[in-house]
Amino acid sequence: MQLTSTLAAPAREGRGAHASAHTNGVPRLPDALAQIRALVAKDLLAEWRGRDVVASTGVFALLVLVIFAFAFDLRAESALLVTPGALWVAFAFATTLALGRTMALEAERGTLEGLLLCPASAGTIFFAKLLTNLVFTTALEVVLLPVFAIFFNAPVLHPALFLVVALGTLGLVGTGTLLAAIAAGTRAREILLPVLLFPISVPVLIAAVKATAAVLDAAGSPASGSGLAGVLPWLQLLAGYDVLFAAAGYLAFEYVVEQ
Amino acid sequence: MTPRTDHRLGLAVRVGAPLTALLALASLWADWFYAPQDTVQGPAQRIFYVHVPLAWTAFLAFGVVCVASVAYLVTRRGGWDLLARCAAEVGVVLCTAVLATGMLWGKPVWGTWWTWDARLTSTLVLWLIYVAYVMLRGMVEDRERAARYAAVLGIVGALDIPFIHFAVLWWRTLHPQPVVVRADGPALPPTMLATLMLGLITMTAVFVTLLLLRIRVERAAERLEDAAEGAPALTPIHPQLERPLWTAS
Repeated sequence: MQLTSTLAAPAREGRGAHASAHTNGVPRLPDALAQIRALVAKDLLAEWRGRDVVASTGVFALLVLVIFAFAFDLRAESALLVTPGALWVAFAFATTLALGRTMALEAERGTLEGLLLCPASAGTIFFAKLLTNLVFTTALEVVLLPVFAIFFNAPVLHPALFLVVALGTLGLVGTGTLLAAIAAGTRAREILLPVLLFPISVPVLIAAVKATAAVLDAAGSPASGSGLAGVLPWLQLLAGYDVLFAAAGYLAFEYVVEQ
Repeated sequence: MTPRTDHRLGLAVRVGAPLTALLALASLWADWFYAPQDTVQGPAQRIFYVHVPLAWTAFLAFGVVCVASVAYLVTRRGGWDLLARCAAEVGVVLCTAVLATGMLWGKPVWGTWWTWDARLTSTLVLWLIYVAYVMLRGMVEDRERAARYAAVLGIVGALDIPFIHFAVLWWRTLHPQPVVVRADGPALPPTMLATLMLGLITMTAVFVTLLLLRIRVERAAERLEDAAEGAPALTPIHPQLERPLWTAS
């Protein structure tokens, strides 16, 4: 009820009433922002009521970290070789799970059609979904990073690491949101998503792991000096990937969800 | 989409396939008898004349997938989708052969079947992307929807290639440096270069022939599917069978 009115509100209000939402399929920016806010609020409210996605993926990511601790001998000298990989494997797996869930829920409940009936463009819906997924994964990472720091004795409180995590997550979630929409329309929803997402996001994973290793290295031994110089090319790669694939998702989402 | 197109396709295959076979024989002859023995690598080097053309045609196939995907989303004509689908399948086969021939060469020369070198890794990642592409097509029943999904994936996959290239290149590299396309001209003796060029032409012909064959088969399959949809339900062969055998009681 409230959702419908919020979504329709920008279209009804004031100047250029019906011209606003659907002029050549390109919505005006304030309208799009209001729509994104409403759509994200809807998904967050649904998640707050059920709390399936964040809770289950959080526990899952924790398990991945624990399994890594068993699978590799994490004594001081070898820890730094493995920990960045462990962190990103946990993030990537948990993100895939969360992405698959948010899109599969829409498909299962048949609410995707309702979403598409909203006076919002497909690109707007894509950004709303992207933002929701970003909120979920960020919540996940906020819990996971301290646990990671404790278990693996890693110095994570470094501003550069937050930047690496933010850019890497955006890359995973950006491509993942588009591919999850594709996977949700197939027979094998949750199985297909990692098969599609992981090869495509190989650059993100390599860059994020390498940058994380460089930051942890620099934070671990501040005396060795300019350790952060090695992070920059990876950050550039991540930023370029994020921008290009967010734009590609924005443009391509329309073709994925059209009925 | 017309019988005439089918007729032309059939003609192209009937003319093209024997020509391709002749080219392949000539290429094999050049590979074994015309090209000189490599002094360092020995006979193992001769797989180069198959490996490099395979890699080139695999990339060509993935390029065709990308262009046909864009063309499909713009024009919405089934022919483009058919081209993208068949090129992806042939591309996966060629890419598998690239990886296999690379391993066969790597064992005697590098001393290992596989190493996580930049070019090996990016080829493997590409292979995975297009395997996922073919899998995706198999998991959507609706033809039009499968076409849209696959086109989006085909474009996203192609956009990803430069990122994969640089990420993996900065990660590590060990692969032999290019010997043909270089700033100061090819570093191959003329006979080896000629053999390689013949190999490139041959493999491109193989690619086109496989693609045409695949397109013919797919068109026939689509026609059958359409005919089955339009046709009345099959009547039981045996009058006592009121419903088909395979339905459960």
